[in-house]
Amino acid sequence: MSDGNFQDPRIRMVARAAREIAPGMVVNLGIGLPTKVIDHLSGDFPVCLHTENGMAGIGPTLPYEKADRNLIDAGGAYVSPIPGSSYFDSTVSFALVRSGRLDLTMLGAFEVAENGDLANWKIPGKFSPGAGGAIELAQKARRVVVLTTHTDRKGNPKLLRHCTLPLTAKGHVARIFTDLAVVDVTPRGFQLVELAGGITAREVQEATGATLLLPTGNIPTF
Amino acid sequence: MSLPDKTIAMEEAIAAIPDGATVMVGGFGVPGTPFTLIRELVRQGKRNLTLIKNDANEAGMGIDHLIMAGQVRKLIVTHLGLNGNAIAAMNEGRIEVEFCAQGILAERIRAGGAGLQAILTDIGLDTELAAGKQVVEMDGKRLLVEPAIRADVALIHADCADPSGNLTYLATARNFNPPMAMAAARVLVEAERLVPLGDISPDAVETPGVFVDHVCPLIQISEEYGVVRR
Repeated sequence: MSDGNFQDPRIRMVARAAREIAPGMVVNLGIGLPTKVIDHLSGDFPVCLHTENGMAGIGPTLPYEKADRNLIDAGGAYVSPIPGSSYFDSTVSFALVRSGRLDLTMLGAFEVAENGDLANWKIPGKFSPGAGGAIELAQKARRVVVLTTHTDRKGNPKLLRHCTLPLTAKGHVARIFTDLAVVDVTPRGFQLVELAGGITAREVQEATGATLLLPTGNIPTF
Repeated sequence: MSLPDKTIAMEEAIAAIPDGATVMVGGFGVPGTPFTLIRELVRQGKRNLTLIKNDANEAGMGIDHLIMAGQVRKLIVTHLGLNGNAIAAMNEGRIEVEFCAQGILAERIRAGGAGLQAILTDIGLDTELAAGKQVVEMDGKRLLVEPAIRADVALIHADCADPSGNLTYLATARNFNPPMAMAAARVLVEAERLVPLGDISPDAVETPGVFVDHVCPLIQISEEYGVVRR
């Protein structure tokens, strides 16, 4: 077992998700937790990060005193260019997304279903700010993974048999990274792939609103 | 031959917008938002407007001034989560809000500017955003018909303009400005810099001046354009 037990579970989950990014990929990181994945990529790691508001090749986030007022990511953070970066308008930005140039997107979630359905934009009556670019990202990235806490603030499971909230996209989520586990969406349902250090498969099952398929043999930890 | 001079006083350009107009507004967050044109629209008290914009800015900034002054009837946006005033106005029924997937809003505007009637897309099928939309079948696939959008007026922010309306933009201040600058009956540009004809190389022009009706050079860059410390 690694010393991961002593780390903040959120940081550990984000660090694990960062390992999902292979060299050479074009990647879009959703607003919130997924954006933090950047902190776990080394400066010389070859990856092209895309943001919906019109940039490919995102460099480090800048403090306010060094920020360029014309250069933000889709979440409003002040970012910087790196050698080879490009800027473009919103039509080009989404042409890139819809035409399959995006190898991977990492998104947040309110709910994920065992068939890969994703709900992450609206809680009727409580929260309906609009989906922004999430529908196109979730529907068209070549691989869609979710980064989320395993349960909501009240302890209710977010991984479910069926989504109850309005969908962002149907059947496109391939993998879920949580503070407890890595879970794949398979034709037979949720498959437990890895466990967070110190967490048991039984604990993950208890926090999940659908049946988890367990691997045979030892379950790797992160 | 020489190209026409389209520079105009901002007051006069905004005065030509009637109450009830449909107005496209560039910008994604702060970058590319034409804050000064919006301020003039607020000052002149134009009412019953339909605004088309990526987002609703933040409380106390940009189109929030129009919403709070009760000048907006309807908002067509992709996201307004950063503006609590806009969410409250929507929830209380003071403004009508129509949500559109971000890239589809951009593409509907592009289609409007390109003289097309509509686009066909599978984006949003099986979601709430497909409700009430026409579905057609092509090559065995179900597709939504998303109508092109044109507006009465587009308010554009450019970094640099020449008097004939050739435009260039900076960094992520492009966003919806280039497509919107082609998709309205009257295209009004505020530019941080006005340079003489010929100073923008033909190779560097991003929006050709033929699409632009009026150019208003900005006399000063207000605080609203600055870095937001959240």
